[in-house]
Amino acid sequence: MEIAALAFYFFAVIAIISAVFVTLSRHPVHSVLWLILAFISSAGLFVLLGAEFLAMLLIIIYVGAVAVLFLFVVMMLNVDFAALKADMAKFLPIGLLMGIIILIELGLVFGDWNFASNSLELRAAITPPIEDIHNTQALGLLIYDDFIYLFQAAGLILLVAMIGAIVLTMRHRTNIKRQNVMEQMSRDPSSALELKEVESGKGI
Amino acid sequence: MITLEHYLTVASVLFVIGIFGIFLNRKNVIVILMSIELMLLAVNINLVAFSSFLNDLVGQVFSLFILTVAAAEAAIGLAILVCFFRVRGTIAVEEINSMKG
Repeated sequence: MEIAALAFYFFAVIAIISAVFVTLSRHPVHSVLWLILAFISSAGLFVLLGAEFLAMLLIIIYVGAVAVLFLFVVMMLNVDFAALKADMAKFLPIGLLMGIIILIELGLVFGDWNFASNSLELRAAITPPIEDIHNTQALGLLIYDDFIYLFQAAGLILLVAMIGAIVLTMRHRTNIKRQNVMEQMSRDPSSALELKEVESGKGI
Repeated sequence: MITLEHYLTVASVLFVIGIFGIFLNRKNVIVILMSIELMLLAVNINLVAFSSFLNDLVGQVFSLFILTVAAAEAAIGLAILVCFFRVRGTIAVEEINSMKG
């Protein structure tokens, strides 16, 4: 067996096993760690497919940002996870049934299928040969030329999501001392200073 | 020789595991969000596999946008979760009925 096939089976089996453990783990922290393993092995699959940029993006975004966000939330919330897991066995049969049905349906779909005869003419952006332009550069040329508006829209989505998350989770606590910049800036000596004549031998 | 079907099989198994996880962890929103991430990952594998085997880069661009939306969705979902936990003190999905929807 060639090395590429071996690597494919390695990454695929690890991805599937860790995905199973994401759903079955007792504690959400373990689920997050298994999720990280699933993402890393999928990044390996992406590298095998020749999509290096997306593989790196998957590691940076999912492992670096999303999984850490999950970890923070799991650790911040003081939840009794054992109680949430208690009746997992109750949903096991129906979950397995649905899973098997959907798997069979997917199997029926790709048991017999073909590419359309004109599918090769319909390609919008043919991958340039790897000797000329490598993956990241080709993707960049495509995103910043043909898909610039969609790229901007993606940035806008992230901005809106960031603002939304901040607005949702920000809590304005009362009874704490706060800095009022406007008040500080508009102070002047006439309102801040008071001169007193102190008689000798007496206090104020 | 690894063909397109191999990748499609892995992706569909991952997708089904994601659905299975939603059914299995009906009470725990955090694991439901993780299962949704798994399903989005399966879709990404599909797109990249087709992109690679048809030599069309648009699939990878599309996968990039899915990644963006998935990150935004996780952030908003977890923010709503934190918000809800502050109000109710639990994250059990079955008790989310304050809107009587």
